[in-house]
Amino acid sequence: MDLIVFYLFATLAVIAALGVVALRNPVHAALCLAVVFISLAALYVLLSAPFVAAAQVMIYAGAILILFVFVIMLLSPGVDQGAGALKWQRPLAAVFGLALAVELILVLASAVLPAARGQYTPERLAQIGDVQAIGALLFTDFLLPFEITSLLLLVAMVGVIVLAKKRVRS
Amino acid sequence: MTVNHFVILSALLFGIGALGVLVRRNPLIMFMGIELMLNAVNLAFVAFSRFLQSLDGQVFVFLVLTVAAAEVAVGLAIIVALFRTRATVDVDEVSGLKG
Repeated sequence: MDLIVFYLFATLAVIAALGVVALRNPVHAALCLAVVFISLAALYVLLSAPFVAAAQVMIYAGAILILFVFVIMLLSPGVDQGAGALKWQRPLAAVFGLALAVELILVLASAVLPAARGQYTPERLAQIGDVQAIGALLFTDFLLPFEITSLLLLVAMVGVIVLAKKRVRS
Repeated sequence: MTVNHFVILSALLFGIGALGVLVRRNPLIMFMGIELMLNAVNLAFVAFSRFLQSLDGQVFVFLVLTVAAAEVAVGLAIIVALFRTRATVDVDEVSGLKG
């Protein structure tokens, strides 16, 4: 049963990802990206990670995708007009992208994972709660990265305002 | 359903994302390719976290999410600023620093 759900959402994600790369209209590409995000959220549920699945839907499919669509509407860049100045660029890029995927798959398919030795078995997580466990980790072991994250978001906010505001010439 | 299933799917998505960054000339679609690559890495993180029975991977996904949100906000602001000054969104046209 799990395997059927995995293959369903995996094929959906791969087809939609190919759509993001191949479709010429940026709006269609953004909609394909939404399909990728939501199928990945389904896979996270399958991996018994409900917090990450919810965050995926809220942050990726919600915030980031809306930002993309907003900028597409703002700029209305139109349809991509095929190859540009360098004619050989596209076939070469396709070869390199495929080579990267094949290389990664060959290496990862032969990799052997060490035996599970963590303390968070699915049963234990169901008992203490996924969100509680992640929150406890965030505020103990990962407190410094968590605080640095807040600084990063502040810098991003200031940077966006500085970049996007109209210049006032004095 | 083993960890290899998820890791191979993650590798496929990463490859497709890299292909998108290399092939497309619209910076918006290139950003979508970067998002695909980040998502592929997130999937690998969650899969390893599940099969090693540790939550560190999920905490890392949380950090990657915030970095991705910040990166997209700044990147799209740069694209908007670029469109204002050059009236184009084609990365081939932006070659002012080329020798």
